[in-house]
Amino acid sequence: MKEENKNYIIKYLKEGRRFDGRKIDEFREVEIEYDISKSAEGSARVKIGGTEVLAGVKMAIESPYPDTPDQGNLMVGAELLPLSNPEFESGPPSIDSIELSRVVDRGIREAKAIDTKKLVIEKGEKVWSIMIDIVPINDEGNLFDAAGLAAIAALKTTKFPEYKDDKIDYKKKTNKNLPLNKVPIPITILKIGEYFIVDPSIEEQKNIDARLTVTTTSDGQLCALQKGGDMPLTSEDIEKMMDLAILKSGNLRKILSGDKK
Amino acid sequence: MSYKKRFDGREFDQTREIETKTKVIKRADGSAMFKIGDTIAYAAVYGPRELYPKFMQNPQKGLLRINYSMMPFSGSGERVRPGPSRRSREISMVIEKALSPVINLEDFPNAVVDVFIELPQTDAGTRCAGICAASMALADAGIEMKDMVSSVSVGRVDDKIVVDLCYDEEAYEDGPVADIHLAVIPSTGELTLLQMDGEISKQDLLKAIEMGKKACIKINEIQKKSLKENYISKDKEEKK
Repeated sequence: MKEENKNYIIKYLKEGRRFDGRKIDEFREVEIEYDISKSAEGSARVKIGGTEVLAGVKMAIESPYPDTPDQGNLMVGAELLPLSNPEFESGPPSIDSIELSRVVDRGIREAKAIDTKKLVIEKGEKVWSIMIDIVPINDEGNLFDAAGLAAIAALKTTKFPEYKDDKIDYKKKTNKNLPLNKVPIPITILKIGEYFIVDPSIEEQKNIDARLTVTTTSDGQLCALQKGGDMPLTSEDIEKMMDLAILKSGNLRKILSGDKK
Repeated sequence: MSYKKRFDGREFDQTREIETKTKVIKRADGSAMFKIGDTIAYAAVYGPRELYPKFMQNPQKGLLRINYSMMPFSGSGERVRPGPSRRSREISMVIEKALSPVINLEDFPNAVVDVFIELPQTDAGTRCAGICAASMALADAGIEMKDMVSSVSVGRVDDKIVVDLCYDEEAYEDGPVADIHLAVIPSTGELTLLQMDGEISKQDLLKAIEMGKKACIKINEIQKKSLKENYISKDKEEKK
């Protein structure tokens, strides 16, 4: 059955088509909505076609990690909610949700998107912790790209809560934004047969040979990679996939800065 | 001391503004969003579907399984740890008891109807908003129901009986507070959820319940209207 689906997908790709009428390298419509949760210090909703993902940022004051006493802490969590897809199950985080959160985490961390040195209150003792949580509401494919975009969009809206006399007043937000340096954007390229596609549907996602998530910053630098899928990739494949990812990230970057807050 | 005027200027028997929408999660068999004030609940229904592990299956009747959860960034204070907590498990259980009286579990032997409730933003009254959303999502999923269930919190703030407490009222410090969670089957007036914490006299409690019932009837109208709207607008599109 699976083999049959895949053959059909490839047959379509050969003609430059996909089941939903898109071109091989065409994204579905991307929408970003900011400040979707007043409870969070920053939040955003990203829709890519029917896929909908929320991201929220909470902040707290904690001790820094021993190896980075002069930097704030960053944590990214993702939960594949059974609310968003009938195949997701309740229970401890699945390996898929762990991979998703770590790929997004790596993009933000390695791009040095957040200026963590500016999050220190008392060196070695007290720093701000930035906790980003990613929550899919409806999964119709391509959670990687939606999650990465939602996380950075939420960071853009994040405002420090009031901090006075050693206490955080979460009810009072200041006007101070989180210090951001760079905007990492992950794009996932999938290989099916000899074809490379972007922004997969659930069905396409299930029938891939391999995938590569390429996270880039605005200057075209790469900051994180993650290969997935069962089949190997050649160096030529990887080059093609990187080129396509860099090309596609430009468009998402425009949408992200167009809605600037 | 006396609680003269509500923090947000509402009448004492008035709920916060309510917004609803169904079919908000396309992959689910039924779904709804219920917003009351700054509290937002999403509910998604999956099923009836086969129940695993198999030993949990009951050939006599199906299982209604509720999973209530606050998103990690939805709390008014610190981050909420994801995954089940003692609090969320108890709330899931009482929501299940609040909804199951209107559902014929015998209709789906060996199967489960899963209801997932998620809150992205909260300002008190989360279990009540969750019940309202879940009830609409069950109807949207086409699960046969005797009636909807509507839910609201009521309570006492100092010397006043109030409907739909917000967080600031729950945390009122200048006098005694009681926080009561109700769920009502509107057609019969029966209660399917009743929880209270705080201090209140018997008379005041009974008065609060009556106020809650009245509010639930209004909420029920909003729930029904929202479900119907979906089909009215669909009919119109078909006519075009």
